[in-house]
Amino acid sequence: MARQIGEVILDLQNVSLSFGGVNALIDISFDVREHEVRAIIGPNGAGKSSMLNVINGVYRPQAGEIILRGEHFRQMNPYKAASAGIARTFQNIALFKGMSVLDNIMTGRSLKMKANIFQQAFRTGVAKREELEHRAKVEEIIDFLEIQHIRKTPVGRLPYGLQKRVDLARALAMEPQILLLDEPMAGMNIEEKQDMSRFILDVNDQMGTTIVLIEHDMGVVMDISDRVVVLDYGKKIGDGSPDEVRGNPEVISAYLGASH
Amino acid sequence: MGFFLEVLIGGLMTGMLYSLVALGFVLIFKASGVFNFAQGAMVLFAALAMARFSEWIPGWLGIANPVVANILAFIIAAFIMFLVAWLIERLVLRHLVNQEGATLLMATLGIAYFIDGLGQTVFGSDIYKIDVGMPKEPVMVLQDVFAGGLLINKEDFIAALVAALLVAALALFFQKTSTGRALRAVADDHQAAQSIGIPLNRIWVIVWTVAGIVALVAGIIWGSKMGVQFSLVTVALRALPVVILGGLTSVPGAIIGGLIIGVGEKMSEVYLGPLVGGGIEIWFAYMLALVFLLFRPQGLFGEKIIDRV
Repeated sequence: MARQIGEVILDLQNVSLSFGGVNALIDISFDVREHEVRAIIGPNGAGKSSMLNVINGVYRPQAGEIILRGEHFRQMNPYKAASAGIARTFQNIALFKGMSVLDNIMTGRSLKMKANIFQQAFRTGVAKREELEHRAKVEEIIDFLEIQHIRKTPVGRLPYGLQKRVDLARALAMEPQILLLDEPMAGMNIEEKQDMSRFILDVNDQMGTTIVLIEHDMGVVMDISDRVVVLDYGKKIGDGSPDEVRGNPEVISAYLGASH
Repeated sequence: MGFFLEVLIGGLMTGMLYSLVALGFVLIFKASGVFNFAQGAMVLFAALAMARFSEWIPGWLGIANPVVANILAFIIAAFIMFLVAWLIERLVLRHLVNQEGATLLMATLGIAYFIDGLGQTVFGSDIYKIDVGMPKEPVMVLQDVFAGGLLINKEDFIAALVAALLVAALALFFQKTSTGRALRAVADDHQAAQSIGIPLNRIWVIVWTVAGIVALVAGIIWGSKMGVQFSLVTVALRALPVVILGGLTSVPGAIIGGLIIGVGEKMSEVYLGPLVGGGIEIWFAYMLALVFLLFRPQGLFGEKIIDRV
C-alpha cells in the first residue's frame, strides 16, 4: 500500500508553556499531516519533550491551541488524548515494571475493553471472549515487533533496547492514529537503531499511523522523516523537509554554534 | 508440643485478621500512592452500617430470618462503602492528582475524622453488636495425636478462613482480569497508565471500594468479636506494624507480615511474658516494626527505594 500524505490532522497554534519563570515553549506553531512522519529536533533543553507533553496533555500550555481533526482544544489531558487516538512512548521508558511483556502490551487495549467489572470477576462469556480477541490482536503486534521470545518476561529484566520496543508495542496496541515517540532510539547501538527505524517506517507504512518523533540522531531523522521542525531554547527556528532544514543557517548555528 | 501448637495456631488466626486490615492499606497505597489514614475509620463506619442495618431491616421489612437480614445488611453496607469511595474520589482525590504524598496523607487524615464523626452521627455512638451466627464455643481437635488435643477457637478459625478466602479472591482478581491489570498499571505509573487510556478516576473508585469492602469484612469479624464501638478504629493501628513489616506495596507482604506479627505477639506473650512481667502483646508488634524501619525500611517484600542521584 503506497503511503499517501493527507490533510492536516493535528495543528498546534501559538503554543506557549512556562514553568515558574522558565519559558519552555514560546509561541510555537506547526502542523502534522495525516500519514506523515514528522520529526521534532533541537539541542538539549530546546523544549522537544515539552512539545510532546503538550500534545498528549501531560503539560498544560498557558497559551495557544491544539486543533485535532478540526476540533479545538485549549489543553489536552492524557486520558482525553488517548481516547482521541493519540498514543505515545516515553523518553525514560515508563513501562509497568512488575508486569510481563504480554500484560504490559495488553494494558494498551484498555480503551477497547468493554466488559464490566462484574463480568470480568465472574469470567462470563463476554469477558472471556473479549480477552481472547484482544489477546489475538496483541499477539499480532508482538509478531510485528519480533518480540515473541520475551512475551512472558517481566519487563524490568529486559535490556534497554528491548524495553523500548515493548514501550512501542504497548502504544501500538492502542491502534492509534497518531503516535508520539520520545527519543525512540536513545541509548541504542547501531543495530538496534536500524531495527527501530525499520519498525517505525513499517508502522507508518503498513498501519498508516501518523508519527511525530523526537530524535537526536540526525542521520536517522533525516532518513525517515517527511518534515522536520527545529526548536532551540523554546523557539521554533526551522520547519520543512529534511533538506530545507539541513540548509537553514539558523539551524546550523544552533547545532554547531554561530561564528561571531 | 500441643501447647506450643495451640499458641502458634492462635497467633496465625489473629495474624490473618491483621492481614485483612493491612490489605486495605496496601491496596490503596499501591494504586494511588496514598497512605490511607482513614482505613481504621472505614472499618468502624462499615461495621456500624452493618450492625445498624441488620438491626433495622427486620423492623422495616418484617423479615424475621436473621440470615436474610444479615445478607441484606451486608449488601447495603457494601453499597454504602462504594458511595464513600465515590465521594472521596469526587470531592478529595480528584483535586489532588500529582500532589505531594504528605498532602494526600493529610487529606486522608481529614477524611478519617470526618468519617468517624459522620458514622456516629448517622448510626449512633453506642456499642452495637453484629451477630452473623459465628459459633462461639471452642473445639478440641487432634485428640489422638496430642495428649489433651488442641483447643481451637471456632470463631477465630472461621474468621481466618474468611479472611484467607477474601485475600485469595482479590489476588486472583488482580492477576487474572483486565481491571486487575489496569489497577497494577496505575500502581506502577500513573502518567503512563493515563497516557494509554486507563481512566485514573474510575480505577481509584474501584480501589477505594475494594478497600471499603475489605474494611467491611474486617469490621464484621472484629465487630462480632468485640462489639461495634469506637475502639474498632484502633484495629487499624494494630495493622500499621504489619504493613511496615510486609512492605506497603506488597499484597503477599501484608499477609505474611500479618501472620508474623500475630504469631510473634502470642509467642512473646506466652514465652517471654512471664520473664518481663507480661503485657508484651501490646507493644511487641510496634517494637518489631521499629527494628524493621531501622534495618529494612522497605519491609520484607516492598520495593526497594532507590533514589537516582
